[in-house]
Parts: sequence; structure tokens; C-alpha cells
Amino acid sequence: MFDALSDRLERISSSLRSRGRLSDADLEAALADVRSALLDADVEFGVVRAFLDAVRERLSGEVLSQSLSPGQQVIKAVHDQLVDILGSSALKITYASRPPTVVLLAGLQGAGKTTTAAKLALWFKQQGRQPYLVAADLQRPAAVEQLRVLAREIGIDVFSQSSDPVDVAKKGLDEATRLGRDVVIIDTAGRLAIDDALMREVRAISDVTSPHYTFLVIDAVTGQDAVHTAKAFHETLELSGLIVTKLDYDTRGGAVLSARGVVGRPVVFASNGERLADFDLFYPDRMASRILGMGDVMSLIEQAERTMDPDVVAESAGRMMSGQFTLDDFMAQLNQVRKMGSLGGIMRLMPGVTKEMRSAASNVDEGQLNKIEAIVNSMTKRERREPVIIDGSRRARIAKGSGTSVSAVNQLLKQFSEMRKMMRQMGGNNPTLPGPMGKMANLAARAQAQRGDQVPAGFESLAAGMKAGAAKQGGPKNKKKKGGRVTPPKQR
Amino acid sequence: MIVLIVVLILVALVAGDVLLIRRLRRRRREFASRTRSLVPEVLVTKVASRPDLNDIETMERRLSASRSVFERVRALSGVGTLSREQLDVVEEVLLRSDIGVSTTNEILALLQENGAPSGIASALRVALLASLNTDRTIRTEASPGRVPVWLFVGVNGVGKTTTIGKLAQRHANEGRRVMLAAGDTFRAAASEQLQQWATRTGSDIVRAGEGADPGSVVHDAIGRALARGADIVLADTAGRRANSTNLLDELSKIRRVADREPGEVIETFMVLDATTGQNALSQAREFLAAANVTGIVLTKLDGTARGGIVVAIERELAIPVKYVGVGESVDDLLVFDPRNFVDSLLDA
Repeated sequence: MFDALSDRLERISSSLRSRGRLSDADLEAALADVRSALLDADVEFGVVRAFLDAVRERLSGEVLSQSLSPGQQVIKAVHDQLVDILGSSALKITYASRPPTVVLLAGLQGAGKTTTAAKLALWFKQQGRQPYLVAADLQRPAAVEQLRVLAREIGIDVFSQSSDPVDVAKKGLDEATRLGRDVVIIDTAGRLAIDDALMREVRAISDVTSPHYTFLVIDAVTGQDAVHTAKAFHETLELSGLIVTKLDYDTRGGAVLSARGVVGRPVVFASNGERLADFDLFYPDRMASRILGMGDVMSLIEQAERTMDPDVVAESAGRMMSGQFTLDDFMAQLNQVRKMGSLGGIMRLMPGVTKEMRSAASNVDEGQLNKIEAIVNSMTKRERREPVIIDGSRRARIAKGSGTSVSAVNQLLKQFSEMRKMMRQMGGNNPTLPGPMGKMANLAARAQAQRGDQVPAGFESLAAGMKAGAAKQGGPKNKKKKGGRVTPPKQR
Repeated sequence: MIVLIVVLILVALVAGDVLLIRRLRRRRREFASRTRSLVPEVLVTKVASRPDLNDIETMERRLSASRSVFERVRALSGVGTLSREQLDVVEEVLLRSDIGVSTTNEILALLQENGAPSGIASALRVALLASLNTDRTIRTEASPGRVPVWLFVGVNGVGKTTTIGKLAQRHANEGRRVMLAAGDTFRAAASEQLQQWATRTGSDIVRAGEGADPGSVVHDAIGRALARGADIVLADTAGRRANSTNLLDELSKIRRVADREPGEVIETFMVLDATTGQNALSQAREFLAAANVTGIVLTKLDGTARGGIVVAIERELAIPVKYVGVGESVDDLLVFDPRNFVDSLLDA
């Protein structure tokens, strides 16, 4: 049910490919998918509606780009809109001319305020500041203790006292001034839900400390509720921005968009791991890709848009899908791809490509590509259109003309017919394996088995890498465990 | 050299239009079907439930926010076939309550098919209740000679430790002697928090220093429970994200240790924050696979939370919700009653 949105749109796009233009009906179908994807990503219903209107606007106003398929155009419009919403009016942290700069953290219980307070303190410390923590969460048992433990880890002092939270905040601020600290971070109590007592308390703290920045800490896994939380806090405190936590979870984080959409304040920081260092400024483009579930495909699309000749690509791609692919098309594609840069570089942008595949692809050298080109160029026009007519004597001629061997020509023709077969299947949209990667793996493996001795060195690992990649995508996790709780792998 | 063409052409395919990325869908589907068969058959020996605050007025009051989301459905009048507009309203309400796109679509299809012979709210009630018909038995007794263990799992910040405290109180009220196992050795001050609950509820507790092996804490707690004649062990674990293999492996290990004689894990509760959106499903799936989750404790259902995710989880994963938290006090953790829940949303 968590189909990547880009995936769904591509499916629509392949059915539209021959037409090449986006009709209203197509657009609505595509937007219906965008809607489901956003809702699945937990973007709030009302925000989704407003968002779709904006995308519709964007697409109707835009001159349709020739190098992108209709589906890709929709994706691009959605992506751009997301970045617009998430990234506009970014907040730059400045420091008060008369220190300390006061930062107030608010949020619901369990959003991760206390941990965020420590992470934020560490971040300020890394910026060369001298932060001071004030533990004004006297509600939750052991919250103060938790902040102390965390702060000790990063060598930052904590002010706490067992009186009432407002008093703690005030005294903490005084103490920070006395100690000459230039940033004060105040952790406040969260509640299970928004209630008057909570709002009054945090309001009172805000009043006595007059913070320069008030951040709402919001949990990335929050559902439709995110909007209400954000709204309630914004009305009480006038937020300067949002801090998103738990971005390392397997979540699309639509809550971020909801809160952002409603409050109209930027997301300033994001926390993406349990370690205190897993905290950084927020990058809207990454979040946009994440909500869409699409990795770096955008860069790929953009790169293609920049370098490729749209007419050539569209023509051969259309024939590719219908199985009418000729060697001419192949050469056209090959040249287009070569314009985009190194294979290794392209592979890096593709989702689902493993490191092994990447390094193998970067081993492919230009000379090999030139050889392929020479073989195809040594064919007559008719031979390129109908490779079946190439008999023994034609092969000998081609080999001679290209300065290669008959066996090289044979391999090329054989592989070419396999490719055509595969493309027909892909065009038929009936994959038996998890995605094209699985197919690539299979094909590469088969080719390797057939001509094992002639496979260039890089390809063994390439094929293996592909299989591994496909297995990872298709099967259960098979990573070996290495002892107890280890540092979680950093998300990209 | 020739294999190279294959790669090239596939790159060309990608660049030239054909981005077909289908990696996740299949994996998830496999996961769901695989995990379904993992739920163990546990002998039901005794049911712990008592009539408490679980009456409809209380629920209605506590769920006032969710109730107001459903207001628009309650206001829909008419019987028989639903109009397009009415379906749209129902759809919006369901989506706003975090039920999720696919479950919403199923319910809408059901409504379209069956119509609303006695009103739309009542048709929706039937549809929702049909999704909530899982076995909700709560087990408190293990096989003879074994120490019953309730294991608590979940992501960070959902209220695991607090839930354990409240359940400890509940067991104490019902006359059981409770042993707490402070298995969250990761979060700063977690065991301190559980200690406070132990004191408050008069329970025993086994603690270890920060960074200690949680499995050994649970193991010790079971041993001590046996020695002291405690009736049940409630074992806390560190909150963990549900997409980390290492952390889930660790959880599997804790469960194995707890299930080894003389211990017997009779319930594994996944504690879930009711404000969680669709990520709850992937959490549940992963925890089900790693720790054989037998039930869900849904916390923070009061206030503005929607709780629609309950329906999605029961429908898609067949994991029953067994307790719900509708407030901060100890008595606010209720045995989940689907009829009350649905009625409190839809009763006029």
C-alpha cells in the first residue's frame, strides 16, 4: 500500500506515452494518485486539498516540457510545489545582540522534546556558542534526570530546581546570564494532548522568558492530528519554526507538510537518529523526495532534461516499449546516455542501485562503448532496422568493417534480441521480478553464464551486485546482526 | 563487452522515460503474509477484565475530539443508496480519522454495495465493527510452573513505561503481585521512571545500569519473580524505530530469553501512540515479525487523537487492540471495547 508515488505516476505515464500530451482527464487521474500518496504519507486532508489545487494551477500554467513524460511532469510539479511549501521563507538563526539568545521548546509528550533540547544544545555548541539547558519539564517523572544524563554526555550544564516550571525557567535564565552563557534552551513539559493547563503553563514560561525563538517539536510519524497540535501551539505561542523528530523512522513524514502548511512557519531543524549528533538543519528538497518516496530520481530527471534531445528520446523510447526497437534506436539512446555523463554518475542517481553496481559501472571504459558503436556503424541501414537478415557473410563484413571479430558481432546481436524481448515484457507492464532491477540482474547473470570467459572483469561484480540489489528489494532483510544495540546506520 | 550493452540500454531506459521502481510494494506484501502465520496459538487460561470506567458516556467524553471528526457523518440523513456527496463526506471523515486510504476505500466499497438501510451512521458502524472483530482475550496465566511475562515493545515516546506503570497498578488492584523488569537500558532515566512506578504501585523491580543487556535484566526479573512468588512480570524494553534490523534482532533476543523456562511470554504488547498516522502499520508489521505481538495498547486516545488507525491495523494485520489510554491518570487505561469505541464516535 506504500507504493512510491513516482512509481504509480510512471504507470500512468506509460499508458500515456504514445499521446505525449497531458489531457485534463489524465491530469485528474494522476492527481488522484498524488492525493492517495499524500494521504498515505499522513499529510492532513485539508492540506492535501489545498496542495492539489496549487499543483493543478502549476501544471495548467506551465508549458509542457518535451523531454519529460506526462507522469514525470506531474511528479516534477508536485515535487516543486512540495519544495516551495517546505522551503520557502527559511529561518536563519541569528543571535541576540544582548545575550543570551533564548530558545523555548514546546510540544506534545513523546514528540522528543527533551532529547531535542540536548541535540539542539550540541548543535549550538558546534556553532561555537555556549549553550545552557533549563529543565522546566517537571511534569513527566524523570524528565529532568533524562536531560541531565544527556547533557552530561555532551558537556553542557543543566539548570533545574523542584519548584514550579515558570519559576525554574526564570531562575534558569538568570543563572545563564550570570554564567555568561549566550544561548539558553528551555525544555518544557508535554501533555498527552493539548489542554488548557499545558497551554497556560507554556504561555507563562514564554511570558517570563520572552524567547527569541519558540520551536514546536513535532513527531514525523504523527497522523492527521499534526495540524491541530501545530495550530493550537501557534495560537498560544506564536512559533518561530518547527523541529521535526524521528525522521529516521520508516515514515514519509507528511506531518511535516501538514504542520508547515497550517502554521506557515519554516521547519528549521530535523532529527534523524537516536544519537545526539543526528540532528541538523532541515533540507526541504530531501523531505519532498521523501514524501514522494522517490530518492534522487529528480536529479536524474533534471539531468536528462538538461542534456538529452527530447524528440530523439521520446521517439526511441516509444518504440522501445512497443518492442519495435531497432539498432538505430539503440545507438540514439546510447548517445543520449553518453551525453548525460559517466555511467557511474548516472547509476548514483538511480534508486535501488547498490554500491557494487555503481563501482562496476564506473569501471566501464569508453573504448568498449566505441567498439559497440563501430559495430553498429558498420551495418547497413537495413541491417540496423532488421537485424534478422544478418547472415554469416554479413557478419564477417561487419566484423571486418568495425575492426572487431565475428564473435563480437554475434554477441551484440544475440544480446540485442534478448533486450528486445525484455523490453516487450516491460512495455507489457507485467513484471515477474521486483522491478527492472530484478530483470537487469537476471539478464546480466544469464549473459554472464553464456559468455563467462568474455565478460569483462567489472561485470561479474556488476551482475552480483544487481542480484544483491534485487534480493534486497524483493526479500526480507538479511543483514547480519553485529552485537547488541549498535549505532543505527545514518539515513542519507 | 556485450553484457555492457544490457546495462547501457537499461540506463537508457531509465533516462529515456522508463522509471519503474517497484521495490517496496512487493516486499511489504510478502512481509504481511509471512507475519500473519507467526502469531502463536496461546492457551487461554483466564481472562482479566473487569467492568470499570469503560462505559459509553466516559468514552464519549474522552473521545470528544474524534467524535467531532465524525460529527459530519452523524449529521448525514437518509437511507438506502448513498449519494456521491454523502460518500465524499464519509471518505473525508474516515481519512481525517487516520484510517488510511486503503481501508477507507474498502469501507466505502462496502457502503456502496450494501447501502444504508437504516441510516448512514449505522451503516458505517456496522462496517467499522466488522473490521474490529478480532479476538481480544487478555492472558494473565502461563502454563503450570512457568512465570507469565508481558513484554512491552514500541517506538520511542509512545508511553511504554507509563503504560507498564498503569498496568502494574491494575494487576495490583486485581490482587496480583507484580515484578517489573526495567529492560529499557538505553534511554537515559527510563529505569528511574519505572522505579517510581514500582514504588507507587508497590511492585518489585529489577534494574540494571545504563547500557546493560536488556535480555539479562528480563531474565533476572523472571528468576526473582519465581523466587519471590510474583504472579506476573511486566518487562519494559527500549523504544526503537521499527526499521532497524539490529534493534529488532535485539528485541527478538529479549523475547526468546523471556520465553525460556521458567518464563513464558503470554502477551507481547505493542504500545502505540494514537496520534500516529500510517506509519503505525509499518511499525506493527515489523514488531509483529520481530516479537510476535499479541496485542496493541493504544495510548493518548483522548484529546485530539483520532484512533482510526486502530481500524486499519486490525483490518490489515489482525492484531487486536487490547487496552486504550484515554487520559493521564492510572484509571484511564481501559480494556478496549470496540462497540463502545465505535458507538462513542457514531452515536447521535
